[in-house]
Amino acid sequence: MNKVSGFARRSVFIGLSLLLVVFSLSAQKPDRTKPPELGPPPSMKLPPIPRFTLSNGMNVVLMEKHDVPLVQINVLVRSGSAMDPVGKKGLASLTSDMMDEGAGTRDALQLADAIDFLGARISSSAGMHTSVVGLFTPTSKLGEALPLLADVVMRPTFPPSELDRLRKERLTTLLQWHDEPRAIASVKFNSAIFGSKHPYGLPSMGDEKSIRGFTVEDLRRFHGDRFHAGNASMIVVGAVQRGEIQTKLEALFGTWERRTAPSVSWPSVSQVAARTVTIVDKPGAAQSEIRIGRIGVERLTDDYFSIVVMNTVLGGSFTSRLNQNLRETHGYTYGAGSSFDMRPLPGPFLASSAVQTDVTDKALTEFMKELNGILEPITDEELVRVRNYVALSYPSGFQSVGQIASQLNELVTYGLPENYFNTYIEKVLAVTKEDVQRVARKYLDPSKVAVVIVGDLKKIEKGVRDLKLGSMKTESIQDVLGKPPRL
Amino acid sequence: MKVFRLILPLLLSTMLYGQEIRLSIPYERFTLPNGLTVILHEDHTTPTVSVNVWYHVGSGNEKPGRTGFAHLFEHIMFEGSGNVPEGKFDEWLEAAGGNNNGSTNSDRTNYWENIPSNALELALFLESDRLGYLLDAMTPGKVDGQRDVVKNERRQSYENRPYGMASIVISENLYPKDHPYHWPTIGSMEDLSAASYEDVVEFFKTYYVPRNMSMVVAGAINKEETKQLVAKWFSEIPSGNRAQPVLPPHAALSQEKKVVLEDRVQLPRVYMAWHSPAHFAPGDAELDIVASILAGGKNSRLYKRLVYELQIAQDVSAFQFSSKLSSTFWIVATARAGKSLPELQRVIDEEIGKFQKEGPTARELQRAVNQYESSFLGQLERVGGFGGKADLLNSYYFATGNPDYFNEDLMRYKSVDPQDVQSAGQTFLTNARVVLSIVPQGKKELAIP
Repeated sequence: MNKVSGFARRSVFIGLSLLLVVFSLSAQKPDRTKPPELGPPPSMKLPPIPRFTLSNGMNVVLMEKHDVPLVQINVLVRSGSAMDPVGKKGLASLTSDMMDEGAGTRDALQLADAIDFLGARISSSAGMHTSVVGLFTPTSKLGEALPLLADVVMRPTFPPSELDRLRKERLTTLLQWHDEPRAIASVKFNSAIFGSKHPYGLPSMGDEKSIRGFTVEDLRRFHGDRFHAGNASMIVVGAVQRGEIQTKLEALFGTWERRTAPSVSWPSVSQVAARTVTIVDKPGAAQSEIRIGRIGVERLTDDYFSIVVMNTVLGGSFTSRLNQNLRETHGYTYGAGSSFDMRPLPGPFLASSAVQTDVTDKALTEFMKELNGILEPITDEELVRVRNYVALSYPSGFQSVGQIASQLNELVTYGLPENYFNTYIEKVLAVTKEDVQRVARKYLDPSKVAVVIVGDLKKIEKGVRDLKLGSMKTESIQDVLGKPPRL
Repeated sequence: MKVFRLILPLLLSTMLYGQEIRLSIPYERFTLPNGLTVILHEDHTTPTVSVNVWYHVGSGNEKPGRTGFAHLFEHIMFEGSGNVPEGKFDEWLEAAGGNNNGSTNSDRTNYWENIPSNALELALFLESDRLGYLLDAMTPGKVDGQRDVVKNERRQSYENRPYGMASIVISENLYPKDHPYHWPTIGSMEDLSAASYEDVVEFFKTYYVPRNMSMVVAGAINKEETKQLVAKWFSEIPSGNRAQPVLPPHAALSQEKKVVLEDRVQLPRVYMAWHSPAHFAPGDAELDIVASILAGGKNSRLYKRLVYELQIAQDVSAFQFSSKLSSTFWIVATARAGKSLPELQRVIDEEIGKFQKEGPTARELQRAVNQYESSFLGQLERVGGFGGKADLLNSYYFATGNPDYFNEDLMRYKSVDPQDVQSAGQTFLTNARVVLSIVPQGKKELAIP
């Protein structure tokens, strides 16, 4: 064995001070016959999450974190693409995009200059049920950045010239989707699962007709209906003191009007009733984009932790069955996986990959094998590995102010209990093999899924047809996306 | 316990622009008798640790006929070693709550494991086993398996992506055939097919040795314990030799080189690429700032003209792509429907000319510097993964010999001289460039003539 009686002595420059590191030790001989025994995993101790309200009743959730002088502040609004008015698909997304195109007394360029000059970032984007206007700034610039955030949130001006500019930008993006196999697959998959009546089935950017129709009045009305203190919360993470931030937020947001947002209802959707296959032709494609799925489950399901573990076994990590099978065993792809997108209403369950064209049929066979396989009991080794993976890697999602703010977004959006973060690990570790099998059988029925493939039809059609997975149709890109917009 | 330390002037809240803040990632470095350089950094913000290993070899070290090999080899490193059966590298790490990944570029190959602090020894066992005993478990079958995966990576990231072949074509045209940056890190399909088991053995013995690498262990560690563990797992591995430095032939263009590529795209796009100074060489940071002034944000010169005012482009970007031997500077713009690439080029050249003549305004310069400064702060938030503090320490060590080059790096931007920014624009953004037009299939007439 090698014995180390002393290391080279060298001086090491640490920060501002010179330190001479001198140490000696003798190396133990390592035992490589088995992986080293690990001690008990560390526990996660999050700082408290105090909440307070501004005088207009708006809730603020705070997590102080002082290791790096940065702050993330999110204004979280119950507004999103699922609230798009009938015939105005894309309005929530456009409204969010337009909010930093002029606000308060500044036009679009002045506003961008003011933010950029601080080294801060303000981002405004709409999700399906929530919209977030986020500010990321060095703490030293918070005093100057916060009024800009307030302007963007409360006082966007929606200049007509900027609307026209963004309209053209969006129509061009629609045009560019015709090039993108992933965009085509995503649009087709969502409409195959949710149909064209439910907001989950439609592209959140809208279509050519709706984009052409938007007016400044539409934006003003949508913003007025949704963006107000009665429909919003604030999340603050970073190097700030409670008293100081509370005073600042009160001064800037405390007078924000409190109203009631109009109620929204959604059409009911029915679960995928049979297995269907759609090939969208993308001539010359080097790979086939595969999407397989059905309607999943809502975020507040009691089955949440069991589903997380089940999906991780199936397709939620590198060692998951789908990735091991399609990538490591067969070399069909660079990666394969699956996910449940859990929303206030049941969102999609999706298994997906991009596979080389000439193995499209074989890859589909392996997908179906794994979707059926997960209905059977998983092994003890898988259960332990996956529970540990999900539970023990959880603390690594609490490092940056942006990451933590996203975790708090979820907590607030779904009204999760105060102790949610601190009990997450134990709840994951409590999932059993029976739980995994039960939720697999409850939510995954491989005989009732939509299969969407975007690829080179003439090379893949016969092979896919011969699998006899279910009723099959072929479509063109235009069938999915409509005619390319004329610009 | 010493945690991540910020050395700041008295009051952050009264900090003024231009005032000094010293940022630092405190570290301790030692070398094992076999030549392995180890860098330790403590940060107990979350109970996680990152092991980050850089091998000082990249696609620039490849032989003719074996392009893509360094990256293929990176994939093979995850397929098991003498005491780690195939598949267990990932399974054992995941079972401990860990994540891992690796990446290859022209100059280096890096690997990391992010793990809960109790699993540090597992990561050291796995890293040391594949460094010491990879060949004990190597088979031609493993090479074949990852060859297929990598070919699919090439399909997914280049061939099946709109405009995806641009970077490959530009490097081929900027650099002569015998320059290590001529070929792409992903490699050609032919060369990937040709890679053999024997190549794996030779590459491993040449480059994957303690003297040709460095390792950072950062996060919630006890430094003394960590030293013992590193010594335990890595001391027995023979030192090997430092790789011979790559000595590239001279690379320069004497004039503009126009290239046209047809692709399955709706809209034409123009790429302009120039030779520029190597990472950390004089002019490198200045060109980062030029890129920001040209295309960073709504008020940047090219964005404002092309996208905001004239609305003849859908997007524009500019960046200095820094590498060890030499760098490249890029401007990329996509035409709106019905707008032409020559129209875009005319405006781009006008703005470059104006910048060369007038230099940056004070506000433009300060805006760019302030944005760099806050992105530097953002880099201090994460310990592991790509671009985390562990990766940064290795990156600075690799480029400068000083793992904590953080403040020096930041000062390249903060104390930049406006005249130097202007003259970087003058010296490097000349007519000696590659101009690549990517046009819809069958529409070569849309290219820049």
